[in-house]
Amino acid sequence: MEERKKLLQIRDLKKHFAIKRGFRNKTFVKAVDGVSLDIYKGETLGLVGESGCGKTTLGRTAIRLYEPTGGQIIYDDKTIYDGEKKIKEPMLPYRRKMQIIFQDPSASLDPRMTVGEIVGEALDIHKLYQGKNERMGRIKSLLDAVGLNTEHSNRFPHEFSGGQQQRIGIARALAVEPEFIVCDEPISALDVSIQSQVVNMLEDLQAELGLTYLFIAHDISVVRHISNRIGVMYLGNLVELAKSTELYKNPIHPYTKTLMSAVPIPDPEKTRARERLILEGDIPSPMNPPKGCKFHTRCPYATARCKEEIPQFKEYGKEHFAACHMLETYGA
Amino acid sequence: MFSYIVKRILAAIATVLLVMTITFFLMNAIPGSPFLTEKSTPQQIELANEKYGLNEPYIIQLKNYVVNYFKGDLGVSLKMQEGADVGTIIFGQNKFLISIKLGLLSLLTSIILGIPLGCYAAYHRGSWIDGLLRVITTVGVAVPTFVLAAVLLIVFAVKLGWLPTLSGSLDNPLAYIMPVISLAFYDICYIAKLTRTSMLDAINQDYIRTAKAKGVKNKWIVLKHALRNSLIPVVTFLGPLTAGIITGSFVVETTFSIPGLGKYFVESVLNRDYPIIMATTVLLASLVIFMNLVVDIVYKFIDPRITYTSKEA
Repeated sequence: MEERKKLLQIRDLKKHFAIKRGFRNKTFVKAVDGVSLDIYKGETLGLVGESGCGKTTLGRTAIRLYEPTGGQIIYDDKTIYDGEKKIKEPMLPYRRKMQIIFQDPSASLDPRMTVGEIVGEALDIHKLYQGKNERMGRIKSLLDAVGLNTEHSNRFPHEFSGGQQQRIGIARALAVEPEFIVCDEPISALDVSIQSQVVNMLEDLQAELGLTYLFIAHDISVVRHISNRIGVMYLGNLVELAKSTELYKNPIHPYTKTLMSAVPIPDPEKTRARERLILEGDIPSPMNPPKGCKFHTRCPYATARCKEEIPQFKEYGKEHFAACHMLETYGA
Repeated sequence: MFSYIVKRILAAIATVLLVMTITFFLMNAIPGSPFLTEKSTPQQIELANEKYGLNEPYIIQLKNYVVNYFKGDLGVSLKMQEGADVGTIIFGQNKFLISIKLGLLSLLTSIILGIPLGCYAAYHRGSWIDGLLRVITTVGVAVPTFVLAAVLLIVFAVKLGWLPTLSGSLDNPLAYIMPVISLAFYDICYIAKLTRTSMLDAINQDYIRTAKAKGVKNKWIVLKHALRNSLIPVVTFLGPLTAGIITGSFVVETTFSIPGLGKYFVESVLNRDYPIIMATTVLLASLVIFMNLVVDIVYKFIDPRITYTSKEA
């Protein structure tokens, strides 16, 4: 295996949102609460988890669309954020390198701007052209790259279908020639028939341009299809991280096991034969998360230790990480 | 776009004619006559009616108004300044100009202050300045003009003596300050509230985050993306606001003794001075219609999704 270069390193990243409750009374939603993660150049790292587990917040905080509450972000061996050393690099040069594709394509495009203006604005900010002709040419080739008609640049976003709008969003992200793209549930707002088109396009673009993706989704089948490695999040923490085939075949964290058993199999025989693990209760409030292991309130194997002590995120197999006391005691 | 404007102008003319007709019948539906006083005899009234053509059938009278208006003749006053030309009454002595000047100054003030205040409050939502602005704007929307005008007069003119009381000549620019504040205060507050609400809505939209991801500077995010998307309700309010500011100046003009047009709107009705009622109503209606046309054209510029062709999508 060739030498792998760490493109983005996240260390103990935290993002807490302050919520006002009454007069002078603040509580915090700990949307991301200490996540460490490396993303290698050229790979696709999938990120899955329930609604509200903090995967979107992690994606946005990683590229500092949200200002982190603590931790470190290192991009291409350069620290762009450090909560302790108070390093806050200006983001403008990094906006060229790190881009994001949003979940809701229609809401994420300014309704008052034409497609050409939306794509061109990114070119303007980073001064990526000389002269009007080159600008127009760039816009057209970008639209062409995502499979849109180049004559569409004078139209407004509402004139397009959901799939086309997402293509505009992708063209917009590609405009600055980024190295790293956070795909924040880019297909979950789309029609099923369009989903595969967009996923295939993202894969083609990755192969062509050598992109690195952080692919956030709640649909594990899609994530498995596109990702090299998959991380599983629960209540603001990473609970398991492994290569996608490994995670699929051999999930070791109790939460991942239940998630995997919920993935539908298109075969009624197998579905009936399969043991279905069902979690008790609801995901606890991130405003007041449980002490110790955050999963202990719903974990079928929880012990007294789980209620007190936060489990370490450790390597249990080759490049297979998880955070669980049971694994520590009994092995994977 | 051009054919749209032509259509709108034709519709505007039709609307003015309609306003004239309705006003004419309404003012004639009120019992009594402009010449009815305690001393007047039936013969005198008859004579006056004859002189001013009030004995003609209504439809002929209406026709005379319309035809004369197209000739630019607004008729003569029946009572307020008997025999004087209405055109001279309204446009003479700069009355109309003074009212328009006052109105436009107030309009500008309310836009220039209202929109930035609203933006500021939205961007610093929950701060003490936002709270203070909320209190001020709520009070501003609730306090009637005449109260504010009276308070301003007492404080700044009578007690402190900073600003002139009698604005008679209006030569002194300082004389405009209090009338403009009185007239614009409600609108400043209302526009600030409107802007704050729609701005808050806009800055929480996904495309604002997209702009941030592109690397757009904060200043431009506000001006180019957020403000442009939150101006529609404000612009919509500007149409009726303009009319309100011109007519609303009656109270202000009276309080500050400004020789404007405002008082004619009210006194002509009380005096049953038919030609002045007609002239002021038509003037006001034209102003409102014109402002609505301007607003609709401005819409097009801030929201390109609005098209004025009848083509079905």
